[in-house]
Amino acid sequence: MAKVTFITSDNETIKTDGNSGNIMELAVKNNVNGIDGDCGGVCSCATCHVHVKPEFWEKVGEPGEMEQDMLEFDDNVSDYSRLGCQIPVTENIDGIVLNVAN
Amino acid sequence: MKKSTFPDPFKSSRANNGTGEINDQNDPALMLFRHKDVRKCAHNWKTFQSGAKPGRIVIPSEVNIRDVRQIPFEVDPPEHKSYRELVEPWFKRPLKDSYQKALRKQINIIIENAIHTNTVDIVSELALILQSRALTLLLNVPFEESKTWISWGTHVFRSEETALDASKANILYDYIDEQIEKSIENPGEDLYSVLLNAEIDGQKLSKEEVKGVMVLTFAGGRDTVINAVTNTIAYFAEHPESLDRLRKSPNLLKFTIEELIRYFSPLTQMGRVSTEDTKVCEHAVKKNERISLVWAAANRDPSVFEDPNNVILDRKINPHVAFGFGVHNCLGATHARQIIKMLVETLMEKVENIEILDAKENIEDLGDFKRKVGFEKINVKFNSK
Repeated sequence: MAKVTFITSDNETIKTDGNSGNIMELAVKNNVNGIDGDCGGVCSCATCHVHVKPEFWEKVGEPGEMEQDMLEFDDNVSDYSRLGCQIPVTENIDGIVLNVAN
Repeated sequence: MKKSTFPDPFKSSRANNGTGEINDQNDPALMLFRHKDVRKCAHNWKTFQSGAKPGRIVIPSEVNIRDVRQIPFEVDPPEHKSYRELVEPWFKRPLKDSYQKALRKQINIIIENAIHTNTVDIVSELALILQSRALTLLLNVPFEESKTWISWGTHVFRSEETALDASKANILYDYIDEQIEKSIENPGEDLYSVLLNAEIDGQKLSKEEVKGVMVLTFAGGRDTVINAVTNTIAYFAEHPESLDRLRKSPNLLKFTIEELIRYFSPLTQMGRVSTEDTKVCEHAVKKNERISLVWAAANRDPSVFEDPNNVILDRKINPHVAFGFGVHNCLGATHARQIIKMLVETLMEKVENIEILDAKENIEDLGDFKRKVGFEKINVKFNSK
């Protein structure tokens, strides 16, 4: 079981937990504002953009090549940007805090 | 070649120089074929604008048959943002349970009917009807309105002889004018009324602006949805094993939907007008010249998609641009995705197999390039489970 905290752009804090799927699916399930996951998680729509709190970056890791390409054209991109659909929910990420980009 | 195969006519040009040219009524456009170029230029709305003369970013150009500006489609930031934010929640309604339930019911009835009919032309007897009925949900208008839209036939802007037909387009524009007047007299819960009531910075939308959103909603989702529905059925007719696989692993469906949309790319291309002298893919583009973002070519770019010319049901990383890219990405995408999802689910549930009896391809003439986008006609027989 992993505990994941989302902070939306209007500063709402949503605490969730999950043990399967990916961050986008977890956010959609918990009605996290700003994460739409339109494409179902295939790295095509970039509507699941999150900023990982720097202290958790190592737990989450770098984006893959395709993901990086998607993020390249996103307006709110930072050094800690990831697409939620590409982060699996496992015990490795237990405790992380994510800021929703949009 | 199988009937549900859609070849990639841009393969060698994309590899060789990455571009092509289309004349289009003496207003030529530089066609971009590579995934990276297409995305880069779609993102760069400052240099490659949509807010040109109404109709000019469409290829074939509609400047001679349309004066009304489609909104938010033909508006650039910063104005674009207010319009988009205004309409976005409405176009996300397909995510609601009640909407999905209603859509599922419509599609169920259509497929049931098809099963009980001997031969069905998917284009005119199934996809057009499905698209029109589903649009009543998107607009939140009475179901009966779909009968009028069905009576217009598959092409609202085209007739048999010409690619662009002003008199046919006027049927749509006159209809929308009429509906706007009706909603002014009798406001309801429909999209016309919602738009007529809406404000941007304390200003009510004008009738012309409301019309602009409505024309976009009607025109943008007609041929595209009809082709997506038709091609999806054609694909499963020739790939019964795929339907079986989805029945066994329904969790693959979310990947399949995106993959079918990538493969078919129902909208081949969209233009932009350059606001300055610039260079794209080693080509000079002068101020006020057009470029074309060829979504269909970008979606077969082998540097991005492994085995691009095959439908890979479970393609997990699929950064396709079939719904466009950047601020102008498709407003109707949520609705379209739900239609394809429910169509496939209904086929999984009710259909054993589909036989294609005969078909006539719909080939787009893009000058040097001929692209199959769908079918003029495709007669099939559905066999129930």
